[in-house]
Amino acid sequence: MINGLMTVSYIAAAILFILSLGGLSQQETARRGNAYGALGMALAIFATILGAQVTGFTLLLPAIAVGAVVGWVLAVRVEMTQMPELVASLHSFVGLAATLVGYASYLDPHAHFEGADKTIHEVEIFLGVFIGAITFTGSIIAFGKLRGSISGKPLTLPARHWLNLAGIIASIYLGYVFMNAEGTSGLTALLIMTAIAFLIGVHLVMAIGGADMPVVVSMLNSYSGWAAAATGFMLSNDLLIVTGALVGSSGAILSYIMCRAMNRSFVSVILGGFGTGGGTSAAAVEGEVVAISAADTGELLTEAREVIIVPGYGMAVAQAQGVISEITKRLRAKGIKVRFAIHPVAGRLPGHMNVLLAEAKVPYDIVMEMDEINADFPNTDAVLVVGANDIVNPSAQDDPNSPIAGMPVLEVWKAKTVVVFKRSMATGYAGVDNPLFFKENTRMLFGDAKKSVDDILAHIPA
Amino acid sequence: MTMMIGIPREVHSGERRVAATPESATQLIKLGFKVSLESGAGLQSQLADVLYAAVGVEIVPDTRSLWSNADIILKVRAPEMNTLLGVDECELLSPGKTLISFIWPAQNPDLLQRIKARGATAMAMDSIPRISRAQKMDALSSMANIAGYRAIVEAAQHFGRFFTGQITAAGKVLPAKVMVIGAGVAGLSAIGAARSMGAIVRAFDTRPEVKQQIESMGAEFLEMDFVEEGSGTGGYAKQMSPEFIKAEMALFAQQARDVDIIVTTALIPGKPAPKLITAEMVASMKSGSVIVDLAAEQGGNCECTVPGQVAVVNGVSVIGYTDLPSRLATQSSQLYGTNLRHLLTDLTPAKDGVMVVNMEDDVIRGATVVHNGALTWPAPPPKVVAIAPAKPAGAMPAAAPKHGESSAPATVRSLVTMTVVGALVFGFIGAYAPAAFLPHFTVFVLACFIGYQVVWNVKPALHTPLMSVTNAISGIIVIGALLQVSSSDMVVKVLATVSVLIATINISGGFRVTQRMLNMFRKD
Repeated sequence: MINGLMTVSYIAAAILFILSLGGLSQQETARRGNAYGALGMALAIFATILGAQVTGFTLLLPAIAVGAVVGWVLAVRVEMTQMPELVASLHSFVGLAATLVGYASYLDPHAHFEGADKTIHEVEIFLGVFIGAITFTGSIIAFGKLRGSISGKPLTLPARHWLNLAGIIASIYLGYVFMNAEGTSGLTALLIMTAIAFLIGVHLVMAIGGADMPVVVSMLNSYSGWAAAATGFMLSNDLLIVTGALVGSSGAILSYIMCRAMNRSFVSVILGGFGTGGGTSAAAVEGEVVAISAADTGELLTEAREVIIVPGYGMAVAQAQGVISEITKRLRAKGIKVRFAIHPVAGRLPGHMNVLLAEAKVPYDIVMEMDEINADFPNTDAVLVVGANDIVNPSAQDDPNSPIAGMPVLEVWKAKTVVVFKRSMATGYAGVDNPLFFKENTRMLFGDAKKSVDDILAHIPA
Repeated sequence: MTMMIGIPREVHSGERRVAATPESATQLIKLGFKVSLESGAGLQSQLADVLYAAVGVEIVPDTRSLWSNADIILKVRAPEMNTLLGVDECELLSPGKTLISFIWPAQNPDLLQRIKARGATAMAMDSIPRISRAQKMDALSSMANIAGYRAIVEAAQHFGRFFTGQITAAGKVLPAKVMVIGAGVAGLSAIGAARSMGAIVRAFDTRPEVKQQIESMGAEFLEMDFVEEGSGTGGYAKQMSPEFIKAEMALFAQQARDVDIIVTTALIPGKPAPKLITAEMVASMKSGSVIVDLAAEQGGNCECTVPGQVAVVNGVSVIGYTDLPSRLATQSSQLYGTNLRHLLTDLTPAKDGVMVVNMEDDVIRGATVVHNGALTWPAPPPKVVAIAPAKPAGAMPAAAPKHGESSAPATVRSLVTMTVVGALVFGFIGAYAPAAFLPHFTVFVLACFIGYQVVWNVKPALHTPLMSVTNAISGIIVIGALLQVSSSDMVVKVLATVSVLIATINISGGFRVTQRMLNMFRKD
């Protein structure tokens, strides 16, 4: 295939990728968007393979076949509650691939650059490897945290910001050495830098707490895009640049949306250690909690006219979405208006709750965003808070000293009755007491969320 | 020293309630108290002595010994003459004893004096401040709730028709129309009971903020074209101006001709009940209609009310029972007993069976009307406001600007910073970068902007699919690896092959899982 055709295919692929992201803006067009993306990818790969530069089919075809099968099996097997882990692991693959491609590009004897071109090329390699390496280890740690094999608590080493800074300065110095090295003798510097970047990636994500994972995952998403873009620069390949930029900006926007939903600056999330700072004197909460039984909750629901369900990460952990969907179905069959209120940072992944509810066959048109539904709570008879805590904490509005002050929250306490599912009286991720539990219209349903919803379902006649 | 709680039989004629049930007694024993009950005290509430004895309550047949052995007396009605013994119950109190019951200190000043003279302590369930924390011991509310429900039951008893509308083979039945005046606890309870029997319910209240509560119970809020705020302190209504009352009466006169049942619950603290339903209005009502006057004890809201009786005027039954809670004795005893139990929980912080009257506590201070022989009524107003008053305009905390709306100067500053930094970066690149780099850079910058525009449109609900799709397409890095795999250098080959493998996992996994997720999203 001649080069012109390849370029044209790349342009088509780039357009298809843009259409793909555009298609995702609505549920109605989202499936088409995914198809565009897959089509674009197929086009790009075929165009490249059929190009004159590619000859190593004996290695390439088995690698593609194996990779495709592995990916397919992973995707088919994954539980929707494990989506955050899957996404994090896929990020680590991009990071690793970017790192490897960077090394290969540096070692490739065919690439000859002179003067400013050489400098630029080496900067690109260096940057590509750096970002790729951070993405790789950062994603692995994020994966571990999401899976629970690494503690969700933020790790706060003393002088941790200085450690990061020292790592970056060392990398810049190594970059200087790398650029001035002859031939491939800069490999040592590149390897040391990679090791440092690995450590920075680990340390960055270790310092971030479990509930900040939506930000971390979208940030890593962004990094993986920039890594691809950097690779595109080093290989002078526009398709990689376009795609990397699309993915990079997408991840950046998601990170921004998540941070805004927590009323925190991106920098403060990335620097981590949230909830451990001293000097915050949140007002102590006084009062008495009133417990409720599953039977009474079932009765409360059947007698309500409007019900709003607020799911949080706890619902995913307890795998309660299926039963909740069944409860919703029964209540709706009785003519009760049931809706779901989703806080932007509910769960461990942007949009995580929506996917879980969709899996449980909850129609998406009754699943509302925070801004759509917040004004409706005063007219609601019953609110169920399933496995959520900080996102329904009134201190965010009432108590200027609260660590979560100013964070937008779902105003569930304005409803007539709020039933909060809770394992115990522990505080949420932010370590903040929740005065919601002590409000006079709040009832606590203690116990495992899955068991509680099962019991409630038993008390709602079909 | 463990204190003994004594529960005497109520002596007021017709009183069926009792101050403790076996359940509440169990809880009291858990607090460390010993509990004794006058034999037969629970009979009228369908609670036999054996039920109490089964949970560890001592049954005392003799009234005097019950009183003399008890440190705390729990009663429903205020102390009065025990005709059987020929002694006033106050006389049975002595220094160190505490009486907890309804006392109505404002209406019974001489009763207070008599308790004071005995050197005892008295707590009035009716004087517990109406603040959020004290709701669980608010006996007025729990009794009002029962009275409201019972009012509808009594009305149904005297009303000759269905409440609900029906189309039957024998013809069409119109639903009963009920008007409820005063949407306090009793009024709302009456609305709920009438609604659940199928009646059309309208309700009126001088406090506009209860409109939502009325509507939430399924009743229609009757409005008039007259504006006057009727909220007093402590969640009660206040007395209104003459003009307001005139407009209100016109509304009632008009409604009286239309409705079948009127339930009145209008009370103003410390004043006789306002006369809202005149004799003319009663005369204008259809024969067979019913009026239930829950304010009968305070003189009644209706001019025709005879307290304690049912008066029939022009075929309209005017029910003036003053003992509605007692007419639902089992329920009332259960709720009242629970109210008392909550109060005693607060009075026994150590759960050691020793009551501590902490006069620093707003609730306990409010309830205590006589303390060790000293008059402590009326209590100073509670420090906590009962129901949040309407927020004064502009009092919102200014320190918390809404998210996403940074103040104007900050926006300008960040805009300037961005412009300057942007200009510097672009200037540097333009000046030093080689020509071959610039086309790629152009593509990069434009792609960033396209990505920005496109991604902002994505619904939050689709953020997870967005991430998995971007994950899949960032597998485009496979192109780089594909170009390297044909290299002659062995190391490069190996590196590239590994890259191809993992990037393909990404591509195939990413697209497949996105498709799976998107297939789940469905509309109803």
